[in-house]
Amino acid sequence: MISTMECAVDAQSLISISLMKIHNSRTQRGGIKLHKNLLVSYVLRNARQVYIKEKYAEIYRMQQYEEVMTVCNEIQELNPLDLEAEDAEDEEQARAACCAEEASACGSPCHRGAAHCRAAGTVAGCSLLEDGCKEPEPSYYRSCCMEAPPAPLCEQCPANSSAHCNKTTVLDLDTHVVTTVENGYLHQDCCCDALQCGQSAQSPAKKRKVEFGCCASDAEEAPDFTAARKRAKREDCSYSAPDYTDTSNISNLISIFGSGFSGLLSRQADLEQICSKQALASLGAWTRAIVAF
Amino acid sequence: MAGPGGDMQWCFSQVKGAIDDDVAEADIISTVEFNHTGELLATGDKGGRVVIFQQEIENKNQPQFRSEYNVYSTFQSHEPEFDYLKSLEIEEKINKIRWLPQKNAAQFLLSTNDKTIKLWKISERDKRPEGYNLKEEDGRYKDPNTITSLRVPVLKPMDLMVEASPRRVFANAHTYHINSVSVNSDNETYLSADDLRINLWHLEITDRSFNIVDIKPANMEELTEVITAAEFHPHQCNTFVYSSSKGTIRLCDMRVSALCDKHSKLFEEPEDPSNRSFFSEIISSISDVKFSHNGRYMMTRDYLSVKIWDLNMETRPVETYQVHEYLRSKLCSLYENDCIFDKFECCWNGNDSVVMTGSYNNFFRMFDRGHRRDVTLEASRENSKPMQVLKPRKVCTGGKRKKDEISVDSLDFNKKILHTAWHPQDNIIAVATTNNLYIFQDKVN
Repeated sequence: MISTMECAVDAQSLISISLMKIHNSRTQRGGIKLHKNLLVSYVLRNARQVYIKEKYAEIYRMQQYEEVMTVCNEIQELNPLDLEAEDAEDEEQARAACCAEEASACGSPCHRGAAHCRAAGTVAGCSLLEDGCKEPEPSYYRSCCMEAPPAPLCEQCPANSSAHCNKTTVLDLDTHVVTTVENGYLHQDCCCDALQCGQSAQSPAKKRKVEFGCCASDAEEAPDFTAARKRAKREDCSYSAPDYTDTSNISNLISIFGSGFSGLLSRQADLEQICSKQALASLGAWTRAIVAF
Repeated sequence: MAGPGGDMQWCFSQVKGAIDDDVAEADIISTVEFNHTGELLATGDKGGRVVIFQQEIENKNQPQFRSEYNVYSTFQSHEPEFDYLKSLEIEEKINKIRWLPQKNAAQFLLSTNDKTIKLWKISERDKRPEGYNLKEEDGRYKDPNTITSLRVPVLKPMDLMVEASPRRVFANAHTYHINSVSVNSDNETYLSADDLRINLWHLEITDRSFNIVDIKPANMEELTEVITAAEFHPHQCNTFVYSSSKGTIRLCDMRVSALCDKHSKLFEEPEDPSNRSFFSEIISSISDVKFSHNGRYMMTRDYLSVKIWDLNMETRPVETYQVHEYLRSKLCSLYENDCIFDKFECCWNGNDSVVMTGSYNNFFRMFDRGHRRDVTLEASRENSKPMQVLKPRKVCTGGKRKKDEISVDSLDFNKKILHTAWHPQDNIIAVATTNNLYIFQDKVN
C-alpha cells in the first residue's frame, strides 16, 4: 500500500498541512484553484487511510498492554501475598471452563444492540480466549470489542468486521458548531471505535472476578455495573491522555472530510464508504467550500 | 549531444530582465513562445504584460556573431478584473501565448489569462502621411478661412513604430481557470481549455464558442480529475489531445461527434505499485502536453519525468526521461512548500530529436532522443559572459559529493525554470527563470 517510510512526516501532520492548504486557498487571489485543491484532497485521503490504520494498530497494541497490566494489578490487589500463583492457575482453568460452556453462545454474528454488547461483554473474555485457542471468529470478536478487550493470552485477534459506534462529533466550519451524531455506523478502523476499545480495557478486572464460575448466569448481574463503568471510562478516556484530544479532533475532521470529494473514495476502501455515508448527513461546510467552484 | 557536425555546445547569448534579486511579482515570467519562423519571441508575465523580442538580421559577414533578440513591442494585454457575481478577483497573469501563422504584414497572437482570450495584432508603421489640408502637422485643425489651396498628402518615412492592438476579445466562455490555448492547423479555429471544459472558437467570432469537451460531473463531489493541458494536432485539423491530473492523455477526433467527451484514444501508463506514496496522485498529474513537429509523437511532463508517446501506442510511452528523480525522497518537503504543485513545461527542438524541460536551482535539462544522452545546464548570471559555453551540471544524489557537483539539499527551490522554448529551426533556446529570460545558442564552430 502506501509506503510511509518515504518521508519523515507522519500522516497526522500531513493531514493538518493539507487542511491548512485548503483553508488558505479560499483567500488566495484569483479564486480557488480547482486543480490544486483536488490534488491536496488526494493527499488528505491517502494520509487519512494510513493514519487510521496506524491508529488502530496502536490502540490494539495499547489494549494488549493494558490488559496485561490490569491483570497483574488485579492479582496484586486481591491476594497480593498468597494467591498470586494460584490465581493464575485458577484463571486459566476458569477460562477453559468458560470456553467449553460458552463455545456455542459465542458464535453469534457481529451486529448487536448495546444491551447485547454489554451482556456479551461478560462472555467476551471467554470467547476471545477461545479465539486464541481455536479458529478465530472475526465477527464475534468485533462486536465485543466495544465492551471488553482481548484476553492477555490471546495473541492474535482478528479484527475484520464492523461494530457499532455510539457517537461521532462533527464540526461545522462555517458556524463553528460542534454536533454529536449518535448511532452512526463505523468500520473497525474508526478512531472513535478504537478509543472506546482502548479505555474499556480497564473493565475486565471486575468482570473476570464475576466470571469465575458460570458465565451465563452473570450476564444479568454484570451489565449494569460494566455499563456504568464503561460510560465513565469512555468519558475519562476522551480527556485522559493529551494526545487523544488531538487525535479525536483530527478524527473528527477526517470524518467531516469524508463527506467531500466522495468520488475519491476507492471502491475497495469500505472504510471511507461507511465514514462518508455517515458524514454525508452533515455535509454543510465542506460541501459549501468545495461546491463553491 | 551530437548535432550536425559534432556535439552541441550551448553558449550564453543574452539575458533580459532586471538584475536585482528582489523580484517584483508582476515581473514573474509566466509564458514564453517563439513564433513560427523564430524571428519573434514573446513572453507574458504575471502583471499581464506581453513583451515581444525580434531577432535582428544575422550578420552574414561575421558568422560568429549570431543575431540578437531585441525588444520589439511591449503592451499591457490583460488587466486585473473583478467578478462581482462570485466576488472573485481575476488575475491578469498571462497563462499562455500562441502565435498565429503569418498571413500578411502584421503578426497576430492569442494571449490568455484565467478567463479571457485576446487576439492581438502587432503591426509596424514606418511611414506617415504628411501634408493634410485641414490639419497642421501637430494635429491642430486649421481655420478654414486660411485654406487657399488643395494638395494630396504624401507618405514620408518615419521611425519604425510597432503597434499592438486588440482585434478580438473572447470572453465569458470559461467558468474555471483557462490553462491552454491552441491554434488549429486550419488557421481559422482554436481551442481553449479550462479545468473541466474545452471550447472551440472561430478566430473571427467572439460571441460564440462550441463546447467540445466537458468532464464536469453532475455532482461536484464526485470530481476525480481535471484537464491540465490541451493541444491541436499540428497537421490534422480534426484531432486534439488533452491531458488530465490523473496522468492520462485523451486523443479526440472532432469528426466523430460534436461533443468529444468520448475519446478516440486513451494514453495511460499503469502506475508502479512499488512507488506508491502519499503524493502519487500529485506527481502523476500531467503539467504539459506537446505534439512533435512531425505529428507522430507527443510529449508529456509530469512532476518527475518527461514521457514521449507514440500516437499509435496507448499502453505506455515509448520513452521516459527522469528529470530530477532525486526529488522523489523529498516529496514531503516539496509538498509543504508547495513546490510539488509547480507546473513545468516541455518543448521539442525543430527536428524532434531533442526535448527540453526545466527544473529547480535554475537548472534545465535536455534529452537527446537519438543518442540517449542527457545534459543538465544552468541559467545564471554567473555564466553570463558573452558566448560563454555552459558547463554541464550534476546533482549529487548521495554518498560523496564530487567537486562541481551540487547536493540535493543545496538546491534552491525558489529558482525554478517552468517555461522554456526552442526556436523552430535553429538551435536557439529561450529559458525563463523567475523574472529573467535567458537566450542560449549553439556554438557555431
